[in-house]
Amino acid sequence: MRNLYCQYGGFRTLLRAVAALACTILTSACHQSDASTEATRVAGGDPERGRLLTQQYQCAACHFIPNVQGANGDAGPSLEYMGRLSYIAGSIPNQPDNMIRFLKNPPAEKPGTLMPALGISDEEARHMAAYMYTLR
Amino acid sequence: MTTAISELQSVLHPAGADAAIIHQFSWVLFVGGAIIFVAVMALLALGMRRQARPVRPGLWIFGAGIAFPVVVLTALLTWSTWRSAELAPQTSHKALTISVTGKMWWWEVRYRDPASGREIVSANEIHIPVGESVYLGLTASDVIHSLWVPSLAGKRDMIPGRVTGLTLRADKPGVYRGQCAEYCGEQHARMAFHVIALPRPEFDAWLARQAAPAVAADTTVLQRGRDAFLAQSCQACHTIRGVTDTGNNLQQQIADIARRGPDLTHVGSRRTIGAGTLDNHRGTLAGWIADPQAIKPGVFMPPSHDLDGETLRALATYLEHLK
Repeated sequence: MRNLYCQYGGFRTLLRAVAALACTILTSACHQSDASTEATRVAGGDPERGRLLTQQYQCAACHFIPNVQGANGDAGPSLEYMGRLSYIAGSIPNQPDNMIRFLKNPPAEKPGTLMPALGISDEEARHMAAYMYTLR
Repeated sequence: MTTAISELQSVLHPAGADAAIIHQFSWVLFVGGAIIFVAVMALLALGMRRQARPVRPGLWIFGAGIAFPVVVLTALLTWSTWRSAELAPQTSHKALTISVTGKMWWWEVRYRDPASGREIVSANEIHIPVGESVYLGLTASDVIHSLWVPSLAGKRDMIPGRVTGLTLRADKPGVYRGQCAEYCGEQHARMAFHVIALPRPEFDAWLARQAAPAVAADTTVLQRGRDAFLAQSCQACHTIRGVTDTGNNLQQQIADIARRGPDLTHVGSRRTIGAGTLDNHRGTLAGWIADPQAIKPGVFMPPSHDLDGETLRALATYLEHLK
């Protein structure tokens, strides 16, 4: 009887462990798919090309950006969590279309901003926006 | 005009006769040194064998220890003296003369305008005509610096209160990076410059453009930028010919004496700002003006935390416009 009980208890523990493991895997999978949809939310945007463009335009002269070489200046905010912030520049809803527009012409989207329009093309802005959403 | 390889700052990619001689010296020393090192190690291994043959010490001491070095070093001395004599003469005679002053942490470059005889002051870029000897008159205004463009020539120290000189000659057009080669303080590592070698007609055209005063601010944004430049008293350290030398002459005199910062008359035509620190466009200009201390800590320029966004953007756009 005691043996049976023990076996039964062991089985329950095993079940719990399996369930817990399944949950962990599922949740982490959820997080992953979440991040990747955010990153590819920008149709036609290539995050790696965006990263290189961010480097080429020397955005790091004003912003701290992980994985982008540069001066890591402090005239603009850190972009470390740009992909998960609710607002761009503190006031514009952080949506891909808004992000692309802001990158192309910041003063038009937020009058008074320090950030100048750098003559970034539509396609470049798309890649750079895709990269911004990987910063989480 | 520019190729990736010529922009490499590399002793191994000579682009002038002097650099080619130095390049040859380097390889002879590397290869010769390697051969002698391998030979010595081989002898050592032979000597450590269990059944090593007895040697005649006299032969090895006088042969390998005295005769060999005497022969090799004499040959090297003869050859290097002969080759060194082929280096360009360090003289301003029959050479275009450009003066370069090392400053913490940038380079002031002065040309003589052949048309008017006046000096043209620029910074951080040395334009030279291809295939001609150019004599750089070198000095420093604060501490010792050293000018080094590995693709074109050797190093030459720049010493406050003294004038030294270096002859440069680029055999092919290109952009050659150089940097300070004598530790000169906190931002020594960000004290770079470019030598830009142009065919003679292009060089003449470039010099004529540089001789002209700054281009006019002909839009509202540019005017706003220019006004911000003056309102912020940037002219205390920086000159814009045609803008800061009119009106208040006193401030201009102060700028001429102190000249803490680079002449900005044609700043928009340069490739970089902060002596090779950042590419040059309105974005990096704005970031630099807003806080140079974050980008190049210790530099003499103070941050401008009191500029509103629109003014800062106008100022950066104006400087970018000064081609």
